[in-house]
Amino acid sequence: MKELIVISGKGGTGKTSLIAAFATLAENKVLCDADVDAADLHLIMDPHVFTRADFKSGHTAAINRNKCTECGLCLDLCRFSAISDDFNVNPIDCEGCGVCVYFCPEKAIDFPENTCGQWFISDTRFGPMVHARLRIAEENSGKLVTLVRQKSKRLADEKNLNLILTDGPPGVGCPVIASIGGASAVLIVAEPTLSGIHDMQRVIELANHFKVPAMVCVNKFDLNPDLTRDIENFARVEGLFWLGRIPFDPIFIKAMVQGQTIFEYNKNSGAGKAVKKIWNTLSNLLNL
Amino acid sequence: MIISIASGKGGTGKTTVATNLARSMGSNVQLLDCDVEEPNAHLFINPSFTSSETVFTPVPEVNEDKCTYCGKCAEICQFKAIAVVNENILVFEALCHSCGGCWEVCPESAIHESGRELGVIQKGYSNGIEFIHGKLRIGEAMSPPLIKKVRSFENPDKLTIIDAPPGTSCPVIASMKDTDFVLLVTEPTPFGLYDLKLAVGAAQMLNIPLGLVINRSDLGDSGVKEYAHEMNLPILMEIPFERQIAEAYSRGKMLVDVMPEWKNKFLKLYDQIKNLFKHQTRNTKY
Repeated sequence: MKELIVISGKGGTGKTSLIAAFATLAENKVLCDADVDAADLHLIMDPHVFTRADFKSGHTAAINRNKCTECGLCLDLCRFSAISDDFNVNPIDCEGCGVCVYFCPEKAIDFPENTCGQWFISDTRFGPMVHARLRIAEENSGKLVTLVRQKSKRLADEKNLNLILTDGPPGVGCPVIASIGGASAVLIVAEPTLSGIHDMQRVIELANHFKVPAMVCVNKFDLNPDLTRDIENFARVEGLFWLGRIPFDPIFIKAMVQGQTIFEYNKNSGAGKAVKKIWNTLSNLLNL
Repeated sequence: MIISIASGKGGTGKTTVATNLARSMGSNVQLLDCDVEEPNAHLFINPSFTSSETVFTPVPEVNEDKCTYCGKCAEICQFKAIAVVNENILVFEALCHSCGGCWEVCPESAIHESGRELGVIQKGYSNGIEFIHGKLRIGEAMSPPLIKKVRSFENPDKLTIIDAPPGTSCPVIASMKDTDFVLLVTEPTPFGLYDLKLAVGAAQMLNIPLGLVINRSDLGDSGVKEYAHEMNLPILMEIPFERQIAEAYSRGKMLVDVMPEWKNKFLKLYDQIKNLFKHQTRNTKY
């Protein structure tokens, strides 16, 4: 089974639109949305949810005012300034470390488990999909990413599917690290801007750090053909797999507005041809 | 006054708005790039950096001569960052949240604070703008402590503009919390709208007044405007899609430099924010 994660470093380079387009071209796959912070793939896939479960992770302290003697030990011990002078815990600041709970001489601090979000297994017109929704301001997005990846693998096993196509999060922090560890490969969608190159280089460094093979393509390449060439050269020098370039094409937005992939919107667009070419190279490289 | 610039969805133009607003203000302004995973503002501001500081977070180091392998440290740790197996004690630095529980609980005082590198903070200046950003070390998972460090340089005598990361989880909250106004930059597409709603939820949870900037305002559909109307969210600026703007951005050029007529629009944006903020403060005070 192969697991491909689409990442970018910089946000808004076209990860989700590209995954949606691949969903039309790929066979025998599970779709997975690992951008649990701001999940958008479902807006095109229109999933029919058949399994839904709470995601529980971590704890938050809560002071029981009937037992509290206001001795102030918790205030001194908390390294996250989460306890106010009048002995209330601010759940946004609470890290869930439990130090206050452990040391409270009156055992006056409760420590309930958090429900941080939900995860789903769904049917879509392109096959099964695993996705999730992290609650606003919640932590543990890395753990939820790990969970949706595990569920995707199990689903692929059960249904005898040989590919997991995963929409990754932006950045290089916790959710991205959780997304790429142990994957067959990452596909980095770069854009030919100074920001795009800067962020691509950092995410390539991250892929190298975790020893995940990286492939690169450029979206909206005609906005700056010179920088596109720079990216292509950089990819070759770094020994990464170069997959090709996609032109700037309003079809991506038009299709998104209709809740469609670019191939459903128009079978013969210029962007579509470029994406098909990239997909073919990618399938060969991954031996699909 | 502290303005945080956030979005939910990535790539909507946060950095464009943050840098151009800072540049338009001219002086007595600081720009803090809190998108420490992928900081980009410096590519537009081009500051000359005057200082650079490596930031560490405390993690445990065990003195095995003193350790009796009692296991209390492993018991208190909620993050599985320390484990005691028979006569072995293992520290998994990367998992540590720096809560201090293990060295507080250790009856032998066998644990002391060491440090894990989070990244680097750089400070500099460019045309009257005080510029500060953090760069998360590649491989480091936890960005909020570094974001808090960047924000420790907030100067109440200046206008502070914060460029926040995308999303709505802990790094965004760390960037938005205790700011006076949240400016949400969105694009009028289904993805933009969906993620905007999450970002609005975050700002409202923190009880911070907010306004919208719609970027590439002539592409996409009318969903964002309908939502703004329905929720009574002020649209403070619209930036149309122009190839000239996109190409200038690709080269690291600022909008107000390429099209100077935008400077007045950004100054007007600031005036509107100031008025909304004043209005809000008056309402809560009286």
